[in-house]
Amino acid sequence: MNELIPLITCRQLTLGYGNKDIVRDLDYDVNVGDYLCIIGRNGSGKTTFLRGLSGLLSPKSGDIELCEGLKRSEIGYLPQMTLVQRDFPASVEEIVLSAFQGKHRLLPFYGRARRERAMECMALTRTESLRKSCFRELSGGQKQRVLLARALCAAERLLLLDEPVTGLDPESSETMYRAFKDLHKKGMTIVMVTHDVDAALDNATRVMNFDQISVKGK
Amino acid sequence: MPELIEKLSFYLEFPFVRYAIIVGVLVSLCSSLLGVTLVLKRYSYIGDGLSHVAFGALAIASVLKLTNNMFLILPVTIAVAILLLCTGKDSRIKGDAAVAMVSVGALAIGYLLMNIFSTSANISGDVCTTLFGSTSILTLKQEEVYLCVVLSGIVLFSFILFYNKIFSITFDENFARATGVNTTAFNLLIAVIVATIIVLAMNLVGALLVSALVVFPALSAMRVFKSFFSVTVAAATISVLCSLIGIVIAILAGTPVGSTIVAADIVIFGLFYLIGVARNGGN
Repeated sequence: MNELIPLITCRQLTLGYGNKDIVRDLDYDVNVGDYLCIIGRNGSGKTTFLRGLSGLLSPKSGDIELCEGLKRSEIGYLPQMTLVQRDFPASVEEIVLSAFQGKHRLLPFYGRARRERAMECMALTRTESLRKSCFRELSGGQKQRVLLARALCAAERLLLLDEPVTGLDPESSETMYRAFKDLHKKGMTIVMVTHDVDAALDNATRVMNFDQISVKGK
Repeated sequence: MPELIEKLSFYLEFPFVRYAIIVGVLVSLCSSLLGVTLVLKRYSYIGDGLSHVAFGALAIASVLKLTNNMFLILPVTIAVAILLLCTGKDSRIKGDAAVAMVSVGALAIGYLLMNIFSTSANISGDVCTTLFGSTSILTLKQEEVYLCVVLSGIVLFSFILFYNKIFSITFDENFARATGVNTTAFNLLIAVIVATIIVLAMNLVGALLVSALVVFPALSAMRVFKSFFSVTVAAATISVLCSLIGIVIAILAGTPVGSTIVAADIVIFGLFYLIGVARNGGN
């Protein structure tokens, strides 16, 4: 067993909205090379925890720390789809390319390397044929795959996924899981919130169960 | 027809008509660019709220007898824009109520001040002009035109420079923030730009009709076009054309400039709506 190097550390972490605490006094490390699956009932705090990790929700108390020089711009994130996006006039390519905004400072255009990377990610999620299509005219599953392609583009060291296979047909989910596995082999750290427990246990190196907030290693 | 063209070229001899056209084109260009973002972020009503704030500030400025009222109107509007756009993003309903509150509040106080401290004999005429911009665009002074050109230049430059950032924040602010975009700074920038545009546009169509300039071109373009880039370009084109048409008609037919421009925008919206319906098979 390799030595564990923490990538994100949570100390005495309490997360919540308003007066309500959803995650309380959690000590947890996401380590370099983890394929961590977070499971649990609806409302158990999985997504809240992921929002905490992604920096969208500030801790009410305690700390979340990025270690190993990890920068936000090296994180890929797949959020659950928002209402605004459903009827947004944008082409698939525009959306996937927007993944690079955290990385590049002020250039108003995208270089060739970025465009090629975007094409690779679209190929991985089988969305390259939709490149010029309008996002709002895609099916739910296609939209999900486009947002995933965007997350892959942004992810250099860490990939945060909030229910990535929701709305996908079995074949697409299978492709998805294979893509995650390949990425993980190449050294990507993956944190995934999922309802799909069987698939989670198949692939994950660690499982975090929010129903018990007990954490099992493997 | 020849008489009309003759009449038009006769009017174009006058500097105030040329000023009106320059300002009209620039303001409608800027407002339509940001309009796409505002409509998509569900902030359409912000333009309206801010224009009422600008009206209130204008009233205060005229009470204080400031020589150049821009120096008061612009900062006040920018401050309120930051307040409205950069807070309360987690609580949409509260933000909505805040806009409504600020909007009517500023309108009422502005009118009240103008009435109490009236400096001219024709208050209702003044108020009407400010609200509907009936003549103000044709009474622009040279320095106002310069100010407008400079400010629109800055707005256009920042929009082009930050176009991709603005897109990514508009489409998915959470993703942008999680992947390292400084969304707070860019929301601030958007708020400042929006406020600037509103203040500029008030000269053109008046406080009450400002949101038409922001909203209509974007909505028209979104009926037909499918990528963010094409929507943005189309909105800008539509907006500039409508303003030109509006100003020309207003000059030739003697109608109020602001309402004529907005009427042109409405007609174009209807047209694009029909094209959209025809394309999507009634969807």
